[in-house]
Amino acid sequence: MIFKPTKVFVTLCVLFITYTAILYLRPISVKHSEGIDLKKAAEGRLIFQKYNCQSCHQLYGLGGHLGPDLTNEYSRLEGNEAALRIYIRGGMKQMPKFELDLEEESALIEFLKSTDASGSADPRTFKTLFNGMTQQNER
Amino acid sequence: MRDNTSVGKTFLKVALFSLILGLLGGVFASFTYLFPDFLIEYEGLSRLRPIHVSYVMFWIIIGATGAIYVGMAEMARKSPLKNLARAQLAFLLIALLGIFYSYLVGDFGGREYWEFHPIWAIPIALSWTLFLVHFFYLSKAIKKWPVYVWMWMTGILFFLFIFLENYLWLFPYFRENFVTDMTIQWKVAGSIVGAMNQMTYGVAFYLMDKITKTDSVKVGSSKVAFALYFLGLFNLMFNWGHHIYPLPTESYVRYIGYAVSMTEWILFLRIIYYWKRDLNEIQTHYHYFPYRFLMASNFWVFVNLTIACLMSIPVLNMYVHGTHFIVAHSMGTTIGINSMILMAGMFMFFTPKTKGKTLPPSRSLKTVFWWVQITLFLLFMSLNIAGIIKGLWQMDEHQEPFSVMMQKLKPYFTIFVVSGVGLMIGFYYLIGTILKHSIKK
Repeated sequence: MIFKPTKVFVTLCVLFITYTAILYLRPISVKHSEGIDLKKAAEGRLIFQKYNCQSCHQLYGLGGHLGPDLTNEYSRLEGNEAALRIYIRGGMKQMPKFELDLEEESALIEFLKSTDASGSADPRTFKTLFNGMTQQNER
Repeated sequence: MRDNTSVGKTFLKVALFSLILGLLGGVFASFTYLFPDFLIEYEGLSRLRPIHVSYVMFWIIIGATGAIYVGMAEMARKSPLKNLARAQLAFLLIALLGIFYSYLVGDFGGREYWEFHPIWAIPIALSWTLFLVHFFYLSKAIKKWPVYVWMWMTGILFFLFIFLENYLWLFPYFRENFVTDMTIQWKVAGSIVGAMNQMTYGVAFYLMDKITKTDSVKVGSSKVAFALYFLGLFNLMFNWGHHIYPLPTESYVRYIGYAVSMTEWILFLRIIYYWKRDLNEIQTHYHYFPYRFLMASNFWVFVNLTIACLMSIPVLNMYVHGTHFIVAHSMGTTIGINSMILMAGMFMFFTPKTKGKTLPPSRSLKTVFWWVQITLFLLFMSLNIAGIIKGLWQMDEHQEPFSVMMQKLKPYFTIFVVSGVGLMIGFYYLIGTILKHSIKK
């Protein structure tokens, strides 16, 4: 064999570790975080997981398929936090009522505020490039 | 004569029980699509979906573990270390029971596919570490590794690394930046599938070598097989970017994913094509069901390859991302490819053999084999059509409300649920047959 399997394997592993380290050390896209309490939003991410919202809802099209994508729910409701609280507490159709305490509710809303600020998940707003790639339009 | 394969077969049986549970969870979860109030006071889908997703993942992971143990023990001509295997199994069972309890009481906290409380990740990681140690212990007795031993080593090693990476979100550093966090989450989700594929495709190559028997057509040592393996590894490492085209991450992440995506399938098809061409008909008759399940996986590779290649083009991905089209693809690959390969292994390892022949085909088993393929096809198509309709909806300038669009999908969800029930019945029959033979032995 021209290439020894061990050498090819080690070379690919080195490339993989380098790529992984770049992703870890250089946080991607720190823009659009003005006015967001990052610590609180990070707590809200945990609340999103604690109540398994991902089972039915998506963020950027990734997640469950029973409910709508929540990435831009904050701006869809024009920042109306009271409306968000009503959805959480009252449920809707297949969505059960959730009993979050006030702190959890406010962290979850901060998280949804941060997902909304990060970009648009609506594919109608995307730009198509000549090479078939798509990208977000600057907001 | 001492049976070196008993450890592997124990893991295979655990995998079958995991499949029983996973299928049941899936069928119950699917009812929510037709009956919105189904178990709503019990938070229906949010508990049932994780049971389905996690336990069918465990079916593939544990099934591959069992098949690897059988294969390694047969090649190394020695038994795995009993105490080490017992410890691995004990950690695994603790995790499986703990995770089930976690879902039952709604004690979540994890990410998609691994929604259970993170504490249960510890026994999984410990169990997997022991598996890795065990693998290297057995591999010392194999002088020249065929490609499937390389694939198994890669799958086991990378699964452990990626599984740990899966929990980086526990550190605020990774969680505080939403886009970075999502990028790493889907790096993990994409790569872990690659690791699982390395293990199950390795099993497929191992079975092919067993079925063909003659030295002249050994696929496991061919140059093409190694080229395929390295292409698969390259994809495992770098193609995950195609999952996150819509995410506002750095463009190089998306371009790398775009460029690397899905090339491995072409070579995989090629090697199976050559293997099939050279296969002796008498030997295929000797191993009726292992051969048929491998052929079924070949068909599903072709179907999913076509879809995957199209979906990896970002401008087309935009239409199907976030729709049931993607669910169809993941079900098509996990059931059509991974599960068919593992079923081939189950029939090869568990069914009785006389003069080297596996179970002679009975009419009922042949019927069930086709029943499984047809119900899977119906399930796959219903999700694809639902996905296309949702895709057109999400690109529509005058978009109707989400609930109106979902109502329009109801006929396809009905086919999805009915075919899902049929698929579960078919798999239960196969599982029953395999377990019956495993007990007889």
